[in-house]
Amino acid sequence: MAVVFALWLRELKRYLRSRAQVVASLGQPLMYLLALGFGLGPVFEKAGQGDYIQFVSPGVVGMTILFSSIFSGVGLLWDRQFGFLKETLVAPVPRIQIMAGRTLGGATTALIQGTLVLTVCLIAGFRPHDWGGVLLGFLFMALIAVVFAALGTIIGSALRDMQGFQLVMNFLVMPIFFLSGALYPLSNLPAALTVVTRLDPLSYGVDGLRAALIGQSHFGVATDLAVLVAVAALFLALGARAFSRIQV
Amino acid sequence: MIHVENLVKTFGDVRAVDGVSFDVRAGEIFAFLGPNGAGKTTTIQMLTTLLRPTSGAIAIDGLDPAGRPLEARRRFGIVFQDPSLDQELTAYENMDLHGVLYHVPRKARAARTQSLLTLFELWDRKDTRVKTFSGGMKRRLEIARSFLHTPKILFLDEPTLGLDPQSRNQLWTHVRRLNDAEGVTVFLTTHYMDEAERVAHRIAVIDHGRIVAQGTPAELKQQTNTDALEAAFLALTGTSIRDESANAADQMRQVARMWRR
Repeated sequence: MAVVFALWLRELKRYLRSRAQVVASLGQPLMYLLALGFGLGPVFEKAGQGDYIQFVSPGVVGMTILFSSIFSGVGLLWDRQFGFLKETLVAPVPRIQIMAGRTLGGATTALIQGTLVLTVCLIAGFRPHDWGGVLLGFLFMALIAVVFAALGTIIGSALRDMQGFQLVMNFLVMPIFFLSGALYPLSNLPAALTVVTRLDPLSYGVDGLRAALIGQSHFGVATDLAVLVAVAALFLALGARAFSRIQV
Repeated sequence: MIHVENLVKTFGDVRAVDGVSFDVRAGEIFAFLGPNGAGKTTTIQMLTTLLRPTSGAIAIDGLDPAGRPLEARRRFGIVFQDPSLDQELTAYENMDLHGVLYHVPRKARAARTQSLLTLFELWDRKDTRVKTFSGGMKRRLEIARSFLHTPKILFLDEPTLGLDPQSRNQLWTHVRRLNDAEGVTVFLTTHYMDEAERVAHRIAVIDHGRIVAQGTPAELKQQTNTDALEAAFLALTGTSIRDESANAADQMRQVARMWRR
């Protein structure tokens, strides 16, 4: 337990010490929130869907958590590059504890980042339909964070260097974001898109977040919860396996 | 303390380590010398549980590192060829994290961290982030860290690479002092023959994955009829330069490997 905690704390310290990075990573969600929120707002409203800022805010929070938890997993590559990974791999500690500490640490920093963006959304005019829902919202944020921190660990264990990272960004992370319903409602989509959005774990995260914060849900909260917990368990297991196979 | 018998490691059709046998006694400083690509680092990686041998036997303080890695790891400390510190953490935090990873109790951790950082002249800078340290300071910190859990064996893989003569001199002084004071067995590799000659009790020379000579520095010089270890080394391993740099095909393979595994 001490080992898991120490590595979790390490992730947190590294996060809090890179203030520039914290601020920089707020930029992208802000752009989506402001440019799309205010830009597409009138069209969205004319289509009879209500306030777009209300709709897109949970999506932007989900996106923030997605990016920042995947990045934290890919931090493994940095540790490989800067050598610290080896220090943990020769320690007399089961790999699963190392993986758990890192992944939970990554998930925690992503959750903090998501909370920051949620605060920004509130400043920009987002209002949750009832404040009790925010608690459930945090549960969904935490689940999204764990799912994608574990996915990040899988990716980080599989990649050998930074060159592969761009590929992952363009062919995995961006599709997960764009096909999740973070930016548009999941109802009345073309059949192909409906299938793909249902395969995307983030769809359920964003949907759950929306249910909690604005009381709109496509799949239903129970389904969202069940899918996220199952995917989190699966990704954690795969992540532990991938991590235990790393050779220096 | 270290017993190696007929150790083999192959990568594809390359025999990186090809039937190596040697023994390191407790409390000894043992130098493992060889040109680039001779198999030194591969051997260290097998001794330290990072690679599984293709065949052969290893005993680290009587334990097989492949069979019981966690117990074996507790018995040694290692300083890698390239740095392995967390640059964003302070010197103290790096030590402390290492202590947690090696299950050193909190009080002993604090006491030993203080004495080691003081010994390696880093105590004044304990709360500074490692990324601001010079190469010599980072090396000293890594060696201090590797002693934190009182290992029985210390592996040093080219610890003085890129250091100035002052730092090198000081580093070996500390290592020798700890070898004296705590009786730790030291297994080291280096390219600086004068260092090996000065600190090592015994030396093994490896080339093309095979051990070509073993003995005290004096014995090696006598064997080759030379008056310096450097000359003895060249007599044993030849004067041709080993090319370790990756060619285009290797780099392509690297990219492919990134996705396979």
